[in-house]
Amino acid sequence: MMQNDIVLSIRNICKSFPGVRALQNVDFTLRKGEIHALMGENGAGKSTLIKVLTGVYPKDSGQIFLDINGGLKEINVKSPHEAQSLGISTVYQEITLCPNLTVAENMFIGRGNYRFVSWRSMKKKTAEILKKLNIPARAAQQLGTCSIAVQQMVAIARAVDMECKVLIFDEPTSSLDEQEVEKLFSLMRELKSRGVSIIFITHFLDQMYEISDRVTVLRNGELVGEYEVKDLPRVQLISKMMGKDLDDVSTLQKRKLPDEKTDVLPVYEAVGLSSTSCPNAFDFKISKGEVNGFTGLLGSGRSESVRAIFAADRITGGKIKINGKDVKIKKPKDAMKRGIGYLPEDRKRDGIVEDLSVRENIILALQVMKGFFRPFSRAEAEAFADEYIKLLGIKTASMDTPIKSLSGGNQQKAILARWLLTNPQYLILDEPTRGIDVGTKVEIQKLILKLAEEGVSVTFISSEIEEMLRTCSRLIVMRDRKAVGELKGDDMTQDNIMHMIAGEAVQNA
Amino acid sequence: MKKFLALILVAVLALGLAACTAAPSTPAQTPSDTTSKTPADTSGGLIKVGIVNNPPSESGYRAANVADFERVFNEANGYKVSTFYSLKNDEQLNAAQQFITDGVDYLLISAAATDGWTNVLQNAKNAGVKVFLFDRMMNVDQSLFEAAVISDMKAQGKMAVQWLLDQKLPEYNVVHIQGAMGSDAQIGRTEPLNEQFEKGTMKCVVQQTATWDEATAKQIVESVINSGEKFNVIYAENDGMARGAVAALDEAGITHGKNGDVVIIGFDFNKWALREVLAGNWNLDVQCSPFQAERIHQMIQDLEAGKTLSEKIVINEERYFDAATITEADIDKYGIGD
Amino acid sequence: MRDVLKKFARSQLVIPLFSLLLIVIFNLIRDVEFFSINIVTNNQGYRVLSGNLISILNGASAVAIMSIGMTLITSSCKGQDISVAAVAAIAGSVFVSVLRSNEITIPVIILAFLSSCLVSVLFSTFNGILVAVFKIQPMIATLILFSAGRSIAYWINGGATPTISSPLLASIGGFIPGIPIPTPIIIMVLFLVLISLVLRFTTLGLYTQVVGINEGTAHLNGINPVWVKLIAFMISGICVATAGNITVCRIGLINHETLLLDAEMDVILSVAIGGTALSGGKFNLYGSVIGAYIIQALTVTLYAMKVPSAAVKAYKAIVIILIVVISSPLVKEFAANLINKLFKKQAGAKIPMKAS
Ligand SMILES: Nc1ncnc2c1ncn2[C@@H]1O[C@H](COP(=O)(O)OP(=O)(O)OP(=O)(O)O)[C@@H](O)[C@H]1O
Ligand SMILES: [Mg+2]
Repeated sequence: MMQNDIVLSIRNICKSFPGVRALQNVDFTLRKGEIHALMGENGAGKSTLIKVLTGVYPKDSGQIFLDINGGLKEINVKSPHEAQSLGISTVYQEITLCPNLTVAENMFIGRGNYRFVSWRSMKKKTAEILKKLNIPARAAQQLGTCSIAVQQMVAIARAVDMECKVLIFDEPTSSLDEQEVEKLFSLMRELKSRGVSIIFITHFLDQMYEISDRVTVLRNGELVGEYEVKDLPRVQLISKMMGKDLDDVSTLQKRKLPDEKTDVLPVYEAVGLSSTSCPNAFDFKISKGEVNGFTGLLGSGRSESVRAIFAADRITGGKIKINGKDVKIKKPKDAMKRGIGYLPEDRKRDGIVEDLSVRENIILALQVMKGFFRPFSRAEAEAFADEYIKLLGIKTASMDTPIKSLSGGNQQKAILARWLLTNPQYLILDEPTRGIDVGTKVEIQKLILKLAEEGVSVTFISSEIEEMLRTCSRLIVMRDRKAVGELKGDDMTQDNIMHMIAGEAVQNA
Repeated sequence: MKKFLALILVAVLALGLAACTAAPSTPAQTPSDTTSKTPADTSGGLIKVGIVNNPPSESGYRAANVADFERVFNEANGYKVSTFYSLKNDEQLNAAQQFITDGVDYLLISAAATDGWTNVLQNAKNAGVKVFLFDRMMNVDQSLFEAAVISDMKAQGKMAVQWLLDQKLPEYNVVHIQGAMGSDAQIGRTEPLNEQFEKGTMKCVVQQTATWDEATAKQIVESVINSGEKFNVIYAENDGMARGAVAALDEAGITHGKNGDVVIIGFDFNKWALREVLAGNWNLDVQCSPFQAERIHQMIQDLEAGKTLSEKIVINEERYFDAATITEADIDKYGIGD
Repeated sequence: MRDVLKKFARSQLVIPLFSLLLIVIFNLIRDVEFFSINIVTNNQGYRVLSGNLISILNGASAVAIMSIGMTLITSSCKGQDISVAAVAAIAGSVFVSVLRSNEITIPVIILAFLSSCLVSVLFSTFNGILVAVFKIQPMIATLILFSAGRSIAYWINGGATPTISSPLLASIGGFIPGIPIPTPIIIMVLFLVLISLVLRFTTLGLYTQVVGINEGTAHLNGINPVWVKLIAFMISGICVATAGNITVCRIGLINHETLLLDAEMDVILSVAIGGTALSGGKFNLYGSVIGAYIIQALTVTLYAMKVPSAAVKAYKAIVIILIVVISSPLVKEFAANLINKLFKKQAGAKIPMKAS
């Protein structure tokens, strides 16, 4: 290995937060023109490493060297802005753009060389970039009105557009679907060929294997090792990340759909349901202990459909029956009272209450259901929080830690805990495994099946089709905000789903 | 768009509120409004007068001032009156101009601000409208108005200080509570006392502003009491602050007034303040007269009778009452408010 | 020890308590007897407490009570109600006009208090509707009553500055015969207890913060943000009426122009000093109350130092800027690091000693 091949070298980095050692003596080396994956479980310290590198957090100790004009020099980055001017460009795990500004403004504002931009040229440039990356957004559109995937793509476009030496992606693909991932990958390959070095964080093993050259594995804030991807088989990678072997997912047993016994009343049934964000009325039902799912491309209306079930948006029409009885569900609280739980797609916008503790975040929904005049005592709340922190293995310094200081995956687990705690009869999970590590993903799938076993009905949405195929007994396929078909039993194959999404006939297996 | 609508809504609401609060006891909102009710040819020997004043809601003083003008300038006394109230100078200017256009004989003005009036007064002069200023001076050439009837705040302060010296107290340890710094009344009423402090005839224990706020005055006096310093005079630049000061004395068990340890002086002649003087709780209250109407009435009659006026600047006659001389009748006659 | 210290250093109360401590120490150095309390016989013939400490606690009560409501509004609406003092003037005027139209007895006082609360809650709710339903920025929405409130109060008073006097009122604004502590202090404590009970026996605290931090989440978890905001404004209405009435009773007079003049600024400052971010979210009621005492302590200190009239505001501003700067995240972080380093060295020094 030639010394001048190295672009970035991190030595002996340590970083602690109150109650946690996030990084302990971590080394990391990045070569010119490589795509280097950073892998590890939730809370392993990946994001923290990136944030220390880019000056979001000051490091406790250690050194960082960067290639500047052909020689490695120690740098001491104090702010993300400084990192940018050194040629380190980052897409953080949580989207850090301004939802109130337009797409174009988000692309250009706060970027060093563009102090005097004309709005016109800015718009034009943005439109070009959007077109090049095939991002379905307009330059003048307010960013907040775009879907989370589009926001993610804009964040990527903003970072990529810059002249940079090192490009960092912290879980850029967690909210993207396959096509968009492909777009991103071809972009990454192009950058790589131009000599840009890329750090790539993901929990998707396939994606890692597809694109990366080398991989560094972290566990509990410590370095496990650095490997050539081609020399590291999957099983080994997983055991290095988890410190143990992964449960075999093929042993997962999903429940068979109860045969269409008409005498069994569905737990939830909607006829002609529509909402402001889901204008096309649809019918939907789910019976006791069933696991079903909505699938389709991003923007196909799958999230909007489940939001309508929970009355998260304003309901504009439809009749709803719970266990055969007519009920009115006009707002989320109605749904909650009927035993429906909903884990939203966008954790940051709709899920967490950043500054409140993990404990308060976990008990929130149950507390609301219990009522305004009957708050949980501290002891009760602690008992609940404690139970679920253990059950889901949420990594947190304490239950009083503000949830925003948890790692992304652990925040997700806390929100899941919130809804499990309400003991729902019908649970809607929109992307519950987003940003969750491989080990925990399996745990969550197991949990879904266990819930179904206990008679809870679950509607599950995931961008990972295999995950849905493993757990769901019925899939509703969406295209252009309409349900275009339903797959059951042996018809549920990846191919069939793809065909349906594309609008072709289904081949019978 | 939504935001824009919201803004409009706020504006409308604000206007609505302002309108319904400014409305009470305001006989005429706009000059044109009034003149339409005043056909020019039917004035039938009445003298046409336009009055531009601040709204009565400005203060109790102003309410008394407005009431005084309503009492004097009416049809019974031979006047056809149009009135306009505003706290804003530009609105006042417009109204004055309108009155001139409408052909009033006399224009009586208490200006919201001292500047910007030259043009309008020049127009009045050209149109043969005679102008009187009352209550407040303005920054214009003296040839532009007939006379100004105003209060002299400094004279009020002098009156109080002189009275105090006349009491021949063995020593003067004064707690001086000032009004809002920079206001006319504060400057005028502070100066004579400061002269005594400089001369050494009186000792300043504390000089602090309470910005006309009663509760703040109370806190200032509390602070003096807590410091343990001796004082035997409280000179508060208005009645409200004197009342606050007295509340502090009462709580600390310090006697005040006619037979007490501390001399209490207030300003403004509120009826309730005069009653305190009558009861002997306070020693002195000095007038700040809102009554200029009578004087202007006389001068107008003089002009109508073809006489010339002897003075350009007429200082409002002001007086004081102390606990020894005040009577119930004085309160009824001179007190303002109720 | 280290943990306790660190925990304390991170708690929201540390800055307000620290600032209060500084003012206390400053005064003790200036004058050892500054905080001494005396017993005097007042002009009604009762023995009561007096001294600077009492003055501070007493004088701050109105602002402290209003800061409770302001804290809830700040937390849930991410903005401030700048009309509190003007609405207090309205409430005070209602209070006085009810009292003046009747013979003053205890039931009449209660009636007057309730009517002033009702009126003030109505006005507050008007603000609340603009903020919660029409989604107007709180500062803009409350600007209406900020400018119109005192004229409304004038209109209620129908003219000058009506006075009311009765021993019953004096015992609200001053001392209840036989009790040596000023009644406003007692009312303040009662209020604090009451609001603590409300927070203890309802989920108001949780809901308010959730709405302030993330409205989207609040909605999806069955909390109605509009109601939570309206409740904050209504509670503030009661606080404001109480504060206004106390101030009226102190002097026995309502002056719509000067009642609690500029108090909205002091109230907002108390909230800020108390550790609640003015941009909403997590709140700290007790911090706000301490903030009110800090401001009053500062004022009384300036009086005691005989700072010239014209300079009082400037001095106050300087000290407040200092406090706000100390409580900024930057300085906080610096302090936390400092504590960390200090203790690390100590801990490092201890280990070899044990080994030997
Ligand atoms: N600001 C903070 N304050 C306190 N603790 C923090 C903070 N940021 C991170 N941590 C802790 O540091 C540890 C590492 O977090 P980090 O975000 O680096 O994990 P990660 O590897 O990115 O996990 P994920 O895959 O879930 O995103 C976690 O235990 C987390 O709770
Ligand atoms: Mg992370």
